Amino acid sequence: MSDITPEVRAAHWAKTRNLTILTLVIWFIFSFVVHWFANDLNGSTFMGFPLGYYMAAQGSLFVFVLQIFYLAYAQNKIDEEFGVAEDE
Amino acid sequence: MKGNFIDNLPKVYGLYTGGFIVFILLMAVLEQIGMDAETIGILFVAFTILIYAGIGWLSRTMEVGAYYVAGRQVPALFNGMATAADWMSGASFVAMAGGIYFGGHGYLAFVVGWTGGYVLVASLMAPYLRKFGCYTVPDYIGTRYGGNLARLCAVIVLVVASFTYVTAQINATGTIAARALQIPFEVGVWFGLLGILLCSMLGGMRAVTWTQVAQYIVLIIAYLVPVFWMSNKQGFGLIPEFAYGEAVMRVAELEVMHKVGELKPVAGVGLAALTKLHNDPGSAVDSWKFVTLAFMMMAGTASLPHILMRYFTTPSVKAARQSVAWSLLFIFLLYFTAPALATFTKLQILDPNLATGIIGKSFADVSNLDWIQKWSNVGFLKIIDSNGDGILQINEFFMRGDIVVLATPEIAGLPFVISGLVAAGGMAAAMSTADGLLLAIANALSHDLYYKMIDPNADTKKRLVAARVLLILIGAAGAAVASLKLTSILGAVAWAFNFAASGLFFPLVLGIWWKRANREGAVAGMILGFAAGTYYLVHIRWLGGAEILDLNHLRFGIVGMAVSLVAMVVVTLMTKEPDQETQDMVDNMRIPKGTTILSGDH
Repeated sequence: MSDITPEVRAAHWAKTRNLTILTLVIWFIFSFVVHWFANDLNGSTFMGFPLGYYMAAQGSLFVFVLQIFYLAYAQNKIDEEFGVAEDE
Repeated sequence: MKGNFIDNLPKVYGLYTGGFIVFILLMAVLEQIGMDAETIGILFVAFTILIYAGIGWLSRTMEVGAYYVAGRQVPALFNGMATAADWMSGASFVAMAGGIYFGGHGYLAFVVGWTGGYVLVASLMAPYLRKFGCYTVPDYIGTRYGGNLARLCAVIVLVVASFTYVTAQINATGTIAARALQIPFEVGVWFGLLGILLCSMLGGMRAVTWTQVAQYIVLIIAYLVPVFWMSNKQGFGLIPEFAYGEAVMRVAELEVMHKVGELKPVAGVGLAALTKLHNDPGSAVDSWKFVTLAFMMMAGTASLPHILMRYFTTPSVKAARQSVAWSLLFIFLLYFTAPALATFTKLQILDPNLATGIIGKSFADVSNLDWIQKWSNVGFLKIIDSNGDGILQINEFFMRGDIVVLATPEIAGLPFVISGLVAAGGMAAAMSTADGLLLAIANALSHDLYYKMIDPNADTKKRLVAARVLLILIGAAGAAVASLKLTSILGAVAWAFNFAASGLFFPLVLGIWWKRANREGAVAGMILGFAAGTYYLVHIRWLGGAEILDLNHLRFGIVGMAVSLVAMVVVTLMTKEPDQETQDMVDNMRIPKGTTILSGDH
């Protein structure tokens, strides 16, 4: 463990934190903001659906799945960049 | 087969899936040559439970690591399937589509909440807890904050939340077993428990993991096949999820025509009639209710120990993260189908141009339909010509939400073999969740309470015997409570989420993300958060107290979480910061490299 300096740890954690914040901002938008405006969104249609309904029944769910796959990929990149990924 | 079991997983489960499909086809053939529906139902449920029990037997173990964390060798994708089965309960399988049918847009908050929670699990919790190397959630709390009091608080919150949840699941297994096997509910509950224990007792987490993968395969096939079949029959194509927008629009027209919401049902029937529009987000209060419910379900997802502990079983931190993504993908397959199913069922019932439409038809004709008679006989459905005009109006058609999943194959005129399949799927969903919950409780009591606090010198054999004895006792207690039928399945499930989030969410998250968080703060957060949430629930539910900000009994955890956060931060800042050893522990948790914080044999 001693080969990882406090500076590397701090830089790694700063990047990890930023990725997490980005993840949570997107999560917040698709969890709460879009559904708060469901009435307005229902004025438009998407693939034949009223948009407000679509977001609650499918759209947000798609975003959640994609963002977790992206998070796993991006966090792994960060871990490798700072040499703190697990040994395979 | 060459090589070890883990290397052969795709082959093993591929064969299993093929075998299950052959079984379905065999049942279809037997139906054609005249076997009756009851026998087919019994064969479906009995056959699948027998398979799970077989897997449970083959996975038996006397090793601590295998018993508690499946030897930490479950690949990300398979752990994703196991988590999906662990997660999707009888309530998701049987009740969700019906909830959307009756609740419309407002109910979709459950769909959003029960999926979005995984973003929190992936970003805030799972990879760090995996690095920690704990066996249970209280194991993490107890080590991170130090001291038996913190550990004990976590055990108490875990037991209350999970036990509330497990009674609902045993209730669901009992209901399904009773109907499929034609036995009384009280017997069905104990029969269901027997099946659950067969899966978990001998092999702990290892056995539960491999049965949950098998149960996921059964439940997802059982959920999707009828919907695809029905959709194809109605001309919406093979993948209906992308094509039912028109159906949503059409339902809105039909709702105006049938005066949904305008016509009020007579009171005292005990079943529900449709009064809410399918796609009406409502006023600002409704939007507030939507986001608060979604938030509570998400926070609960990230606090429920039976879910978090699934990510302790992956081979690495990286695999834990990927595994959360797979979990949500597998869960998503069911959750984005449920609204489609609700819409199709509604369309079939409302549309007078379809052969299946009943609203606006002659009351006498509808009364003679096979499925109306069958489900009326078991009390799931009722039609009452309350205005005496000889026509069935929307407010004269009453049913239980569960029918949407259970009876849709019959409404759409699909063969009985599909109904048998759906029963097996519902059983798989309820059993797999009950397994995970029972194991979470028994493991917390055997590892944290017994081994860590009462008898730290107990040898392996004694520990594992204690774990199994506790599993049986808790299962029996759960079945006893379930047979009393105290709460509805959905109410109990939502409460479990609120309890878990009130007590555990902030101590879990801040333990990773706030190095300064200390024991005193965590204990205050758990005790005060849990107590405040519970007090608020009792206050509004039984003491007739007023709701704050429209937060009802499904959302009481918001009060608990707010108190928990404030208490934890204030008390932490008032007391001294954790020692250097603890701070180093947090540093090491944050990077994947290196050995786990707790050794493999702690």
